Amino acid sequence: MEMAFRWDFAYEILPKLLWATVNTILAAGIGYLIAVIIGLLFLLGQRTSFKILNMLVREIVEFIRSTPLLIQLFFVYFVLPQFGITLSAWVCGMLTIGLHFGTYLCEVYRGALEGVPKTQWEACKALNFSSLYTYRRIILPQAFPIAIPGMGNYLVGIFKDTPLLSTIGVAELFHAATAVGGYNYRYLEPYTMVGVIFLVLSIPAAIWVRRLEKRVNKAQGKTIK
Amino acid sequence: MAQTNEPIVKFSEVTKRYGDLVVLDKLDLEIKKNEMISIIGPSGSGKTTVLRVLMTLEKINSGVIYVDGEPLTHMLSSGELIEANEKYLRERRSKIGMVFQQFNLFPHMTALQNCIEAPMQVLGMNKEAAEERALELLELVGLSDKKDQHPSRLSGGQQQRVAIARALAMRPKVMLLDEITSALDPEVVGEVLNVIRSLNKEYSLTMIMVTHQMGFAREISDRVCFFTEGKILEQGPPEKLLDDPKNERTKQFLHAVLDAN
Repeated sequence: MEMAFRWDFAYEILPKLLWATVNTILAAGIGYLIAVIIGLLFLLGQRTSFKILNMLVREIVEFIRSTPLLIQLFFVYFVLPQFGITLSAWVCGMLTIGLHFGTYLCEVYRGALEGVPKTQWEACKALNFSSLYTYRRIILPQAFPIAIPGMGNYLVGIFKDTPLLSTIGVAELFHAATAVGGYNYRYLEPYTMVGVIFLVLSIPAAIWVRRLEKRVNKAQGKTIK
Repeated sequence: MAQTNEPIVKFSEVTKRYGDLVVLDKLDLEIKKNEMISIIGPSGSGKTTVLRVLMTLEKINSGVIYVDGEPLTHMLSSGELIEANEKYLRERRSKIGMVFQQFNLFPHMTALQNCIEAPMQVLGMNKEAAEERALELLELVGLSDKKDQHPSRLSGGQQQRVAIARALAMRPKVMLLDEITSALDPEVVGEVLNVIRSLNKEYSLTMIMVTHQMGFAREISDRVCFFTEGKILEQGPPEKLLDDPKNERTKQFLHAVLDAN
């Protein structure tokens, strides 16, 4: 087998890989959206004064955080059907990624809320704000900029973990590259291209997150070193 | 200052504990309308706690606090006083305003926004009226030209003056000032004290001030209370308490403070 990088072959398979990239971006986007929402639900569960729910949510979060995503994917996709719950590869993948990264985002949110000084709550009380209003206008706007770097990290994190979805048959980029490679008995070009495509998408995403952070902070009158 | 005899704030056997530590020990304290009170004492004597429980930032363990003739920490339920719920507290708390040692301005809002949020949201004022009032108050504290600045662009003294305007915008009857110059650079302490001076002259406000500024306390207060171990050990008009204290512990404290200066 020829070992040099074959540009003509790379060019030939590029359209196929780009189409699969659309699926990868879609999977990362949907997964992230679900994670953002599930993270909020976990956070609410952790902060409720209802003790049993509170403990339950804490344990669930700890459990999910302490087991690998791949095992969770397999469990949901291959084990749940034995209990009568059958999900398509896409639904299973999105839910599992959402759940898994939801626990991380929950921690990001928690840290951000705790990053707002307690004295802000006191100022709100002294001005007689309701607690809902305190959250909405005073606490959350200050917590958001603190959460942006963490939220950005996990957006890129989810994106880079989407190849795991290939193991349950979601037709994303890595899945497509493996298929192309297997068909032509050449893996050098497809896998190299997968790496390059991930790089090309990850770097702008990271830059965009950093810009967003700066912009939000600036809008709030803060200066960033 | 004109004073009536009816107390606007009354502490009745108020006790506050943190675990085993007794911070307020069956405190009795009456404050008359428009009275200007200074609370002095060593750290850990419970003087800041007096303000914090009055602002309902902390709950008391026993006793009752009355504001304007009605209980603040408790409410009447079928003839008995029970612990107040949040709804009742929100109603009663509106008579009290507080300025903090660390200013606690909202960093994501401009000076003007800091001053109109609560009047609009809590008092239900419309934006024009709230802004008009806020501008008057910013003028009063000498900062109308800084109205569009965020707190991070203001000096400590300026931030504290905005905080005073913000508290005044809620039209409190009682103002609590918690060591409001302690976090400031020495050269800007004067500008904040000047604002308090003019408030004392132009507004009919009851003020309770925890302070280490003995000179200022002497100049402005109607009464000075010396706190130690959660109680008032000695109180009286400033010239009496500060120049001729009766109690040995008060003498010691004043000596220590004057030596430090």
